[in-house]
Amino acid sequence: MNQTLVSYLSQYEFYDVLLAVFGKNEGLLAFTIYLLAALAIVGLCATIGGLGTYAERKISADLQQRMGPNRVGPYGLLQFLADGVKMMTKEDIMPFTADKFLFYLAPMLALIGVFATLAVLPWSSGFMMADLNVGVFYLIAISSLVGVSVFLGGYASNSKWSMLGGMRGASQIISYEIPVTISILAITLLSGGMSFGTILSHQQGTPVNWFIFHNPFAFVAFFVYAIGALAETNRAPFDLPEAESELVSGYHTEYTGMRFGFFALAEYIEVFVVCGVGAALFLGGGNLPFNLDIDIIPLQFAQVVIFMTKALLLYYVVIWVRWTLPRLRVDQLMSICWKYLTPIAIVNLMGCAIWLVVFNGKSMADLIFGSH
Amino acid sequence: MTPAQFDGLMPVVIFMGLAVLLFVGGHFLSVLLAPKKPSHLKSTPYECGEEPVGSAWSAFNIRFYVVGLIFIIFDVESVLMFPVASIFREMNDMGHGGYALIILLSFISVLIEGIAYCWKKGDLDWVKSYQVSAKNNK
Repeated sequence: MNQTLVSYLSQYEFYDVLLAVFGKNEGLLAFTIYLLAALAIVGLCATIGGLGTYAERKISADLQQRMGPNRVGPYGLLQFLADGVKMMTKEDIMPFTADKFLFYLAPMLALIGVFATLAVLPWSSGFMMADLNVGVFYLIAISSLVGVSVFLGGYASNSKWSMLGGMRGASQIISYEIPVTISILAITLLSGGMSFGTILSHQQGTPVNWFIFHNPFAFVAFFVYAIGALAETNRAPFDLPEAESELVSGYHTEYTGMRFGFFALAEYIEVFVVCGVGAALFLGGGNLPFNLDIDIIPLQFAQVVIFMTKALLLYYVVIWVRWTLPRLRVDQLMSICWKYLTPIAIVNLMGCAIWLVVFNGKSMADLIFGSH
Repeated sequence: MTPAQFDGLMPVVIFMGLAVLLFVGGHFLSVLLAPKKPSHLKSTPYECGEEPVGSAWSAFNIRFYVVGLIFIIFDVESVLMFPVASIFREMNDMGHGGYALIILLSFISVLIEGIAYCWKKGDLDWVKSYQVSAKNNK
């Protein structure tokens, strides 16, 4: 049973009480519930994004045997708040040669693209914000806005470094979209639907039912997705658009203060979204490892915790990879995408299709343990 | 009227609205708090401390422009494949799996042919001309 928040809450008695309070106006009530939940999710994700910058520095310090931030608050935990205040009080500088409208528009597009993807993240089976029937398709489409914003940010600055960074960003993001999309196609094939509800309902129960263990091709597809997603979010070792040793700071060279902060926030939230999508598509999302017939609200929160745990573990891996691997060269980047990942992803897609037909939709676990 | 009718795009619009609000609000705060001491030198584009030479909006050698074209082909392909992929399992359960598989594979094989052609032609390489001249020198 996968439901969005409002239709999930409507099965309880207090929904009718709330409805009476709102004067039987269901649209207004639905809007209020969604708005409150959206505010909670945005707050949560902004905190995760902020703590992401803290975790990034602390983990990198750990890997390099340094202390990391430890002055602001206990263990330096409030460092991200201090950074936020600092960004707000910095002077807002715009190059006089810049295209002013596009210069303003670029960080906003990044924020819109990332926030819109938050709407389809499957937090739990009852707490989805929007369970669109084209879920993953919508996700791929709307997250391309971030690529547009990277290019626009580079172009509008009218600075050579920004321009180079924007060009690199555009070519990198569109290229890596292909293996990611084809990996997601393989999962669509296995689940028989594009909505996150359908995808998650096929992965219920113990970890052997997760799609990553469905067949060997899906297992490889997870790693193709992970590498491609790293590149799409401009994370090291694929952070060519903002390679500081070559391009000063890439597409956001000319951005200062709050607008730079929005780019950074959007990037960190996007990493979380990508990790969450990976957890939902391949690692079972928020599904409980056991099947209970009762459905109460605490169980939904337990699902949220499981989902967040998986996503944050992937987040840790992303940071770990960043501080372990050296940056690629730009031609290596493209050849990895087009000569390795894309053919592998296509083979995975064909493999999944053949597996479905040959074994009649059974997973590896079904074949070994003989269930169904 | 059922609550399920609000399952559609309302949250999406709310999230987009929140993004715009956050952007505008952040700007407003920054206008209130940040110092404003504009100067001509400060607002020149950064070019390693030198006076910027010319505009960045000039003719630019985009490597991989063929890759951009391949991207469009693959993007359209994925748009066409998503509906097929989402009913593939259903077709298989109805016993038409082999038929669907043949259609899917023949569709993908055309694409593989395309990417193999580009690869052979050297359009996936950083500098295409290097490869061509190296072959000629042999």
